[in-house]
Order: sequence, then structure tokens, then C-alpha cells
Amino acid sequence: MNELMRKLLFLPEQGSAYATEVDRLHFFVITVTMVSAVAVAVVALAFFVKYKRRSERQTTPHVEPKAIHEVLFIAVPLTFFLLWFAIGFPLFVKLQTPPKDAMDVYVQGKKWMWKFAYPGGPSGVDVLRVPAGRPVRLLITSRDVIHSFYVPDFRLKQDAVPGRYSQTWFTASAPGRHQVLCAEYCGIGHSAMLAEIIAMEPAQYDAWLAETRRSTVATAQDSPEDRVDPRTSLSEQGRLLSGEYGCFKCHTVDGTRHIGPTWLDLYRKAEPLQDGKSVVADEAYLTESMMDPAAKIVAGYQNVMPTYQGRVPGPEIAAIVEFIRSLRTDAVRPEPSKGPVYVPVPGYDPTSAR
Amino acid sequence: MSQSLATTPPAPADAPAYNPRNYLNAEAGIASWLLTRDHKRIAVMYLVVTTLSFALGGFYAMLIRIELLTPGPTIMSAMSYNRMFTLHGVVMIFLFMIPAIPGVFGNFFLPLMLGARDVAFPRLNLLSLYLYAIGAAIAVYGMIHGGADTGWTFYTPYSTTTVTKVVPILLGAFVLGFSSILTGLNFIVTTHTLRAPGMSWMRMPLFVWSIYATSVIQILATPVLGITLLLVAFEHAFGWGIFDPARGGDPILFQHLFWFYSHPAVYIMVLPAMAVMSEVIQASARKNIFGYKAVAFSSLGIAFVGFFTWGHHLFTSGQSTLDAGIFGVLSMFVGIFTAIKVFNWTATLYEGAVKFTTWFAYFCGFLFFLVFGGMTGIALATVSLDIHWQDTYFVVAHFHFIMVGSVIMAWLAALHYWWPKMFGRLYPEGWGLVSAVLIILGFNATFIPQFLLGNYGMPRRYYSYPERFWPLNVASTAGASLLAFGFTIILVYLAISLRWGKVAGPNPWGSRGFEWDTLSPPPTENFLENPVYTRGPHDYTEAPEGAEVTHAT
Ligand SMILES: [Cu+2]
Ligand SMILES: [Cu+2]
Repeated sequence: MNELMRKLLFLPEQGSAYATEVDRLHFFVITVTMVSAVAVAVVALAFFVKYKRRSERQTTPHVEPKAIHEVLFIAVPLTFFLLWFAIGFPLFVKLQTPPKDAMDVYVQGKKWMWKFAYPGGPSGVDVLRVPAGRPVRLLITSRDVIHSFYVPDFRLKQDAVPGRYSQTWFTASAPGRHQVLCAEYCGIGHSAMLAEIIAMEPAQYDAWLAETRRSTVATAQDSPEDRVDPRTSLSEQGRLLSGEYGCFKCHTVDGTRHIGPTWLDLYRKAEPLQDGKSVVADEAYLTESMMDPAAKIVAGYQNVMPTYQGRVPGPEIAAIVEFIRSLRTDAVRPEPSKGPVYVPVPGYDPTSAR
Repeated sequence: MSQSLATTPPAPADAPAYNPRNYLNAEAGIASWLLTRDHKRIAVMYLVVTTLSFALGGFYAMLIRIELLTPGPTIMSAMSYNRMFTLHGVVMIFLFMIPAIPGVFGNFFLPLMLGARDVAFPRLNLLSLYLYAIGAAIAVYGMIHGGADTGWTFYTPYSTTTVTKVVPILLGAFVLGFSSILTGLNFIVTTHTLRAPGMSWMRMPLFVWSIYATSVIQILATPVLGITLLLVAFEHAFGWGIFDPARGGDPILFQHLFWFYSHPAVYIMVLPAMAVMSEVIQASARKNIFGYKAVAFSSLGIAFVGFFTWGHHLFTSGQSTLDAGIFGVLSMFVGIFTAIKVFNWTATLYEGAVKFTTWFAYFCGFLFFLVFGGMTGIALATVSLDIHWQDTYFVVAHFHFIMVGSVIMAWLAALHYWWPKMFGRLYPEGWGLVSAVLIILGFNATFIPQFLLGNYGMPRRYYSYPERFWPLNVASTAGASLLAFGFTIILVYLAISLRWGKVAGPNPWGSRGFEWDTLSPPPTENFLENPVYTRGPHDYTEAPEGAEVTHAT
């Protein structure tokens, strides 16, 4: 039944369990739509046949609806609409909430290519290799205009917005290839901004990753503007870049207080703000603080940091954020927020089999 | 009612009269048209300019469909293609769909239905036509002189950094906004102040209710679009950092501002279509509407709730999960008002005396597009389904069904239904039915493949595409050719009927809408005597007096 409906509606293959779930809602909605449309048409046709005009002087009675008619006209469709929403919205929440054990990949859209970077290296262009059966969290941004990361087989889409990170996740159910398309119009090369996700057997993937990291030949296809060796791990790149941008003039990495808040254990910490609110120092806040430092000042600190808007390209922001994430005293810590439940796995060892 | 296809039978001796002293021949010369304050003449001029715009937008549409006939380059470069879909969207939305029905049929029939001599501010009415012409001229200048490649949505920071000349087109749309605001203001004041004796609010034709609701949205939402477009123009021209993050701006802010107007704008286009159809169904069924109050107040409900759903365009933008949920639920509620109308229209046929005419055929097409366009809209509002469909051809097909399908059906229904009133002559019914069938089939053949393309995963605004999308694109282009053919037939026979059509008489359809109470074409002063209303519109409980209805068989 699932396969028949999928083919009838020209839906692409279901590359993840989530895709199958969403399709089920799709089939439900389309079936009810068809049935109700046919019902309206049949009623209209029946009225047309029964009440055909017989003479041009024909009169008709004045008909007023009873209240029950209008109530039914509202209640019946509303019940279905809200039922669909009750099924559809939790699915969306699921898509917005990556599981805790997801592995991270940084994705950057750029006219007109997709760049992928694993926290421990390597990085690459237009091909993303992932292990089948393991959840993968994507942290998506853009270097220039808005793009949108679209994987039809996973029923997944997330805009890549310059100056901020957004996240989504998927678990490929089996090894295979899945096309990535850019869905937000971005210029001449928009329709050529294609990439591919290759889901591999976990063992094969681990071997591939270890091999790539070991090899001294640069597999990175980064553009020449990269200032740091793209073969090193992302957090190592972030450390070098932070030095280069002068971050350490104000921020320490050992927990001592300086002009700005320390970076040690900063990631996912609930920071009290000047205006009495508080904010969780997640990827979004860290990025925002680089781009627009004055927006949310941590209580007890001065608004002295210059903006790095336009000075730090997207992948370098990713590297610095990754470096901040790596700075932690211990791995186990109390969960500070009810936001997307995610605690990174420190020292995540991709070579260890699960 | 039997008429052979191409020939117009010679008028019999007792043919209904063509009103010899009417608004069309009351004054002669170009100046008498350009300086007129008569709402009917302004409506006719709107008909000419919006039809030209429709032809231009349709021309762009055909070029787009031809380009997409093959997966690779077909007839133009990627840059030309990007300009083409931008121009298609801008022309169809700002120059055709927003002004067409209010500008033509609202102007012509709103005063006639209220028993008024003219709109409240006749000079302002003429000004809004001129603003339309100026805005259109600026936009067309922008198209010839560079042509923007941003899409009609002008998403930042693409639109503020592109090398193409977006500023003239933005300014054109800005000026058009003023035209829209002035028309809306005029209709609201007319409805409040110029109702004839006996015309209480609950006796107003449903056409007036819907146009009134449209006008409210036009006045409240259009200024936001104007400001937003100006900010984009400033950022593009002077490098202000409002929306571009590289200059300290916020690109998502633009999306909020833009859709705050552009979602209600859907109802600026669809409510007038519903206005027309509420009249057409009553005249077709020769019966009063099933639930007058439900239909009237649902128009106001759409206008109100429509302002709180804009965030459903931002589900993939990184908007918070809670926001997405709220906007999703509110979008469900706006769908309910449309459902109420659909059921009440259908129930109007009950106990009626239904006749199948060209305009009833368009009503059937309208109902079909509204039901499927509306239900796919509800599906999109479930949030998780939207994630797959956002920015794909599914969305393109959805809004072409709900907006374009319903507006075109209503525009054609209105043209055919009111043609005898406006110009005093009948169109050929046989050709009318042939072209109606062609257009409804053509529209489905164009956009049903696009729904499937969206399911299949083809994003919109793609110049080239992977080969698996090829067959459905060919089907869509074939459907578009059918559409173009249908429109050409209509243009030809309507033009011919202007001069050689059979004389219609005051009320060829036996309709009890108030606008039919006067002569065809109406005299400049609308009514020979001041009308007084003692009953509601479309009251068919009594037989017509005398042998007034002439082409009874
Ligand atoms: Cu792109
Ligand atoms: Cu909307």
C-alpha cells in the first residue's frame, strides 16, 4: 500500500524512517482531500440534475440555512484540519530535535556548492559520507546569500542563512546515495548547486574516515582563501584562528575572568544577561556574539567587543565554535536548558565500532 | 437558447433594446476618456490595461514553459530565465491579479449594486488608475532596462547584492501599492456612505461584502510592503545594512515583513474572486445564497485571520519550533472560512433552477481549483509536510491553483456574466463553452504535473533539472499551450461581439442582482430614477413580470 501510494504520487524513495512517517500523513491527507472533493462534486452534480432549470419564468423558494448546517460546515473540516496538525506538528518537533548521540557535520552553502566539514576533519565539497543507521546532525550556514539544503529522499529541508547556524538531522536507514539540491533561489547556478549524500555501512564508513584522516595527501578541496590547514581537526583550526583574530586578548580558555567571559565550559552554559534574562550559549548564540556582540551582553561585562561581521567567513566561524565546544572541564554536566536536547560526545572516536 | 458557433443570427424585430444613450457614447474623444470621472469608464480602461498586463505575463509564462521543455538549456541563458520568472511573477501579481477584479468589476459594479451614482471620490478613482499606469510604466522600463533576477519575492540578501537593476521594479511596485490603497479607500467610503435608501448592510450583495473585506486588507497591509520594498531599494542603491548580514542586517527580518503583506495579498486576490462567484452562483441557480451571513462574515474572517499566518512561509528558515506551531494552527483556521463558503455555494444549488452557461462552467472550475488549492494549503500548514514541499513545484502548483486558478476563473466568469451589462451585447455561447472547457483542462494539465514534480522533489526556479523530472515538465508545457489557445479564442470572440454581438437587453440572464435593474449599457448616471430597495438581492420567489425574458426557448 505504501509503495503503491508512493509511486502514484511520484514521491522519491524513503531514505529514512522519518520519510516513511511523513509519507503516511501525506497519504492520509491526500485521501481525505480526494474523497471530500468527490463528495462535493457528486452533491453538486446531483443538485444540478435534480434542480435543472425548466422554464425561464421559474421561481425558487427562499431557503435559509438552519444553524446546525453552518455548525457542521465548520466543525467537520476543522476536525480534520486539527487532526492533521496534531499528527504533523510532532513530526516537525522531532525533526527540530536531534538525538543526543548524533554525529555532527558542518554544512556551508556558497554560490554554488555545498561544503561539508567533520569536527575532526576532513572537509570536502559536494559529497557527504555518512554511516547508515547512525543519526547525523547538520549545522548549516551560508557564506553569501540564503540557500536551502534539500534532500528529497529524507523529506528534509533547512535554509542556509548567512551569519547564523540552523540545525536539522537525519538517519539514513540503509547504505545508498541521495541527491542534495539547493531549494532557495540563489542566482545563475541555483539549479546546478547539487550535492550527494553517500550513506555507507558503518564499518566501511569508519574505515574510510580513519583512512582519510591518516592520509597526508590533501583531500580537502577548499578554496585558496582558507588560512589554516584544512587537514587538521576543526577545533584545532579554530584555536589557530582565534589567536589570529585576537580573541585571546579578552577571552581566556582556562576559566579565569578577563575582559570577556571565559571560553572554558562556555558551550551550552546558561549565561545571565544584563537585562535580567538568560541565554544558552549554543551555536546560534556564539555565532551571534561574533556577528553582533552588543545584542546580548552577559551580565557584569562591558560592551567593548567589535563586530566580526563580514570579517570571519562561515567555515572559520564553524571552526571557532567547534574550538569553544572542545573546551570543557569534564564530559558530564547538568543539563542547563530545555532547548534541543543535545550534548556532544567529547573525544568522539569514530573508529570505535558501535 | 440555441446559437450556432461562429455566426450571430440577425436580430429579430422585437429584439431587446440597446440603450442608445449610455456611458460609452455619452461623450466622445480621447480626452473625454482620459479625464473622465465616471466609474464605469475607469473600469473599462482598467479592463484594457489589466488585459494587456495579463497578455504580457502570459507571454513570459510561455517562454518559461518552453525553456523547461528540455532538462538543459533550450531557448535562453540561465540569466534570461531568472529574469523571465521574476517578470512573470511581478507582472501577474502586481499588474494583473491584485488590480484586475477590483479595478474592473469592483469599479463598475460596486456603485451599481449599492444604487449609487458613482464611487465616493471619483477624482481619486481616476488618480488610482493613473498611479497604476505610472507604476506599470516604471516596472516595464525596469524590465527592458536590465530586468531583475530576484524572483517576485525579492529575498535578501540576494536582492540587495545582485548586479541586475532591481530598483526600478521595486519602485514600480511601490507606486502600484498606492494605486491599490486608493482604490480600497474609495470602496470602503462608498460602501459606508453611498448606499441608496433601503440598502441596509444585510441587504448588500455578497459581491460588495467581499470587495469591502478586500479593501480593508489593501489599506492595512500594502503600506508594509511599500516600506519593505523601499528598504530593499535603499540597501541595493546605497549599501545600507538592513537585511544583508555582511553589512550588519538581518535577512530573516525581510521575510517577516514581506510575508506580513504577501500572505494577506493572497486574499487581496482571492476575495474578489469569491465576490464574483457569490453573484454568479445565485444567478446560475436562480436562488438566494444558502447562508448569506455565513458567506458575508467569512469574508471579514478571512481578512482578519489572514494577518496572523504569515510565518507559515518560514518553516524552514530556522524560525523557532513554537512559532512554527502557532502559525501552522492559525493557517488551519483561515482555511475554515473558505470551507464555509464552498459548502454554502454548493448548497445554494439545492431547490434552485440551475442552468449551465459559460459562466457557470467557470464557477465549476473555480470550485475545483479552490477545493484542491485550499486542501493542499492545509496540507502545507501541517508543518512537517511543508518541509518536503517548501520551495518546490508543489508550492508553485498550490498557489497557482488557489490564487491564479480562482482569479482567472472568476475574471472570466465575471467577463462573461457581466459582458452584456457592460457593453450591451452577448458573447457567442457556443464558443464560450468551448474555450471554458479548453481553459479548465489546460490549467489542470499545466499544474497537476507540477504538483507531482514537487512531490518528486524538483525545487522551483530551476533553469536546468535532473532528467528524471523531464516527462512531467513536458506535460506541463503541453497544458500551458492549451491554455494560451483558449485565451486567444476568448479574446477574438469578445472583440467581435463588441460590435457584432447580439443585442442583450437590460437583463438577458433573468438575474435578480441589483446591477441588472438598469439599462444595458447603463446610462452615465447609472439609474434613470433614484433606486429604493425593499428586498435583498437575488430574490427569485416571484415570477418575472411580462415577457421580459426574451430568449426563453
Ligand atoms: Cu543555492
Ligand atoms: Cu501564506
